[in-house]
Amino acid sequence: MNLSSEEAMAERIDLSKVEEVLKRHELDEGPLIPVLQEVQALFRYLPEEALALVGRRLNIPLSRIYGVVTFYAQFYLTPRGKHVIKSCQGTACHVRGGQGSLDALSRELKVKPGETTGDLNFTLETVACLGTCFLAPVVMVDDDYYGKLTPKRAVDALKKYRSGQGLKEAQE
Amino acid sequence: MMKRLSSIEELQHFQQAILDSKDPRRLRVRICMTGCRAFGAVDVRDAFKASIAENGLTDKVDILETGCHGFCARAPVAAIDPYGFFYQQISPKNVPLIVKESILEGKPVEKLLYRDPKSEEPIALEKEVPFYRDQMKIVLRNCGQIDPTNMEDYVARDGYRAIAKVLSSMTPDEVIEEVIRSGLRGRGGAGFSTGTKWRFARNSAGDMKYVICNADEGDPGAFMDRAVLEGDPHTVIEGMLIAAYAIGAKEGYIYVRAEYPIAVTHVKKAVADARAVGLLGERILGCDFSFDIRIKEGAGAFVCGEETALIASIEGRRGMPRTRPPFPAVSGLWGKPTNINNVETFANIAPIIHRGADWYAGLGTEKSKGTKIFALAGKINNTGLVEVPMGITLERIIFDIGGGIPGGKKFKAAQTGGPSGGCIPASLANLPIDYDSLTAAGAIMGSGGLVIMDENTCMVDLAKYFLNFTREESCGKCVPCRIGTKRMLETLTRITEGKGEMEDLETMKELASMIKDASLCGLGQTAPNPVLTTLNYFYDEYRAHIEEKRCPAGVCKALIHYLIDPEKCKGCGVCRKACPQGAVSGKTKEAHAIDSALCIKCGICYNECKFDAIQVS
Repeated sequence: MNLSSEEAMAERIDLSKVEEVLKRHELDEGPLIPVLQEVQALFRYLPEEALALVGRRLNIPLSRIYGVVTFYAQFYLTPRGKHVIKSCQGTACHVRGGQGSLDALSRELKVKPGETTGDLNFTLETVACLGTCFLAPVVMVDDDYYGKLTPKRAVDALKKYRSGQGLKEAQE
Repeated sequence: MMKRLSSIEELQHFQQAILDSKDPRRLRVRICMTGCRAFGAVDVRDAFKASIAENGLTDKVDILETGCHGFCARAPVAAIDPYGFFYQQISPKNVPLIVKESILEGKPVEKLLYRDPKSEEPIALEKEVPFYRDQMKIVLRNCGQIDPTNMEDYVARDGYRAIAKVLSSMTPDEVIEEVIRSGLRGRGGAGFSTGTKWRFARNSAGDMKYVICNADEGDPGAFMDRAVLEGDPHTVIEGMLIAAYAIGAKEGYIYVRAEYPIAVTHVKKAVADARAVGLLGERILGCDFSFDIRIKEGAGAFVCGEETALIASIEGRRGMPRTRPPFPAVSGLWGKPTNINNVETFANIAPIIHRGADWYAGLGTEKSKGTKIFALAGKINNTGLVEVPMGITLERIIFDIGGGIPGGKKFKAAQTGGPSGGCIPASLANLPIDYDSLTAAGAIMGSGGLVIMDENTCMVDLAKYFLNFTREESCGKCVPCRIGTKRMLETLTRITEGKGEMEDLETMKELASMIKDASLCGLGQTAPNPVLTTLNYFYDEYRAHIEEKRCPAGVCKALIHYLIDPEKCKGCGVCRKACPQGAVSGKTKEAHAIDSALCIKCGICYNECKFDAIQVS
């Protein structure tokens, strides 16, 4: 990622919103994971400044928070794309040839699973199972399902997310 | 805003008032708005709304948005009540005809009906479609029949009658006795007696106890719990209430996968609605019993399906299992006695209490009572959700209900129990599906994923797939699981690349027994099952990979080549244009050829060819 987009992301970290999240969970038992989920919903990843604040308020060392964040697949420490592609790795998708669609997406976007495109438009990731095995093989782009895929149809599915690509639009 | 129910009589009056306000002859479109959404159910619903309005029927016809009807292969599906006409693969453009003929005239639209795959005869009624006919719906009794976001629909169908019966006429010990007598065993996979588990938690000392619903359905290929939570969330809440009363718990948690957004929304709404009428909270139905439920969303870790890991996750820690004993029944959440059951287990409780343990114990086999939901997926025609009595044979599930294997291919194996389970070969198709028969065959019941494979599935590749999954999901706490699964995966990878040795098979068996014996939790203890069952039933396939450097199913990339059959190739150029590597050459209308030096075996040409000209050798 280039520096300008990193700066752009940094500018958007509004810690007052993190304070609001913390306030909502003030009385909870075991609030760390729900707090992290809500903070991530704000920024699409977990910025270090936000984690430091969470640690101070909840009185949990940053090292332990890091341990929790890296344990669960759904927490991210780096900015993610505007559109998230989740390629299902479930058994049904596997036996119906899902790997071919994932490989095709990876080639098309020139990123490996888990990575984000340079323009921050797409993050390609794998999930263990989307629980929609009747659609196998399936990928989800944001909240939309694309089922019964071939490698070509997987790549075609990206079209609608490409207009006016990238971070620029996301910021506007 | 619904009124708070402060006594059991008020619940009865509430139900009666709902029933009085409903006309069973009223016309309605009952449409799946959960799983079918992925196939355009929203557009179909909107088309029904528009067409009903155009015909001036808005006041006469209801549109009931339900959970899963089960027949996902035919999505989007809907039924027209009170007739029970069944429509499938509905496109918005078919809707005006359905409204005109089925709603206005009460007749089925023959050309849109489901056709029996064998006889080609159209079938008008949902209950007569073979997929539905051979099922027995107890847990899924409401799923696809009610609006899961409307508590009145649940109450109308005797919802919360079981908790009312418990509070008015049963002691906690009587409830536990009833559940033990029913023979219900945990549906999460291990199959432990539910009532006995409750008794442990009841017998533990402590004024604060918890009930947890494990809705962290993580097995790839399983979506039963998702459907229950999406389609009938109140039945899970009612099951938890009864468990809480039986063990003496005041608080409960539903730990649900965040990957299931519709389930999360429906469960949250159901909990809020139940609380609003006093079915959760202080002094439920005016009785001396208080219980409330909180919802925790998972954060993506398969191991959190293990109960001690799940507890750690609710407490805000890394979800790593710990040694048992102490069992959660003695020391669970925040160190207090805790009872954890799976979604489907809780969903069985209200029917057992309402209809009695004797009725339930009359269903199923001697040691496996009741029904089981399976998620049918993979190489099968009728993918979807089925609920069948325990003891039914695999063959009947696959061929009678599941409609057999697509494309006339041969049934090769069925995989039960996800990464913890095993592969049952076609030769055991007569196996009755119950806890003990499956265990004897080397597989497990598991939570209910049933993935079907045909002749094009490579069993070595499948074993590798599962080991890759368990290796990735191993929490890393104990060595046999963390390193053992990695070594097994490396060995399997070598075999699929044609670099294996016959002695690798013996080494894997030895490693498997060590991983099983020495791992701390179920994840490691069961991780070798897919390898052991495939080695047991498909030994020849392993041998072909090792000795002949051949993948009989044509799956393992290192051992296959793509070729174009010049006889079949029409020279249409589709494969040439589709190939990402530029490995296909040939003039239009002349036979093409693949340059094997450039080919990366992605299979795109194979999928794109309309003439079956691409061959795998």
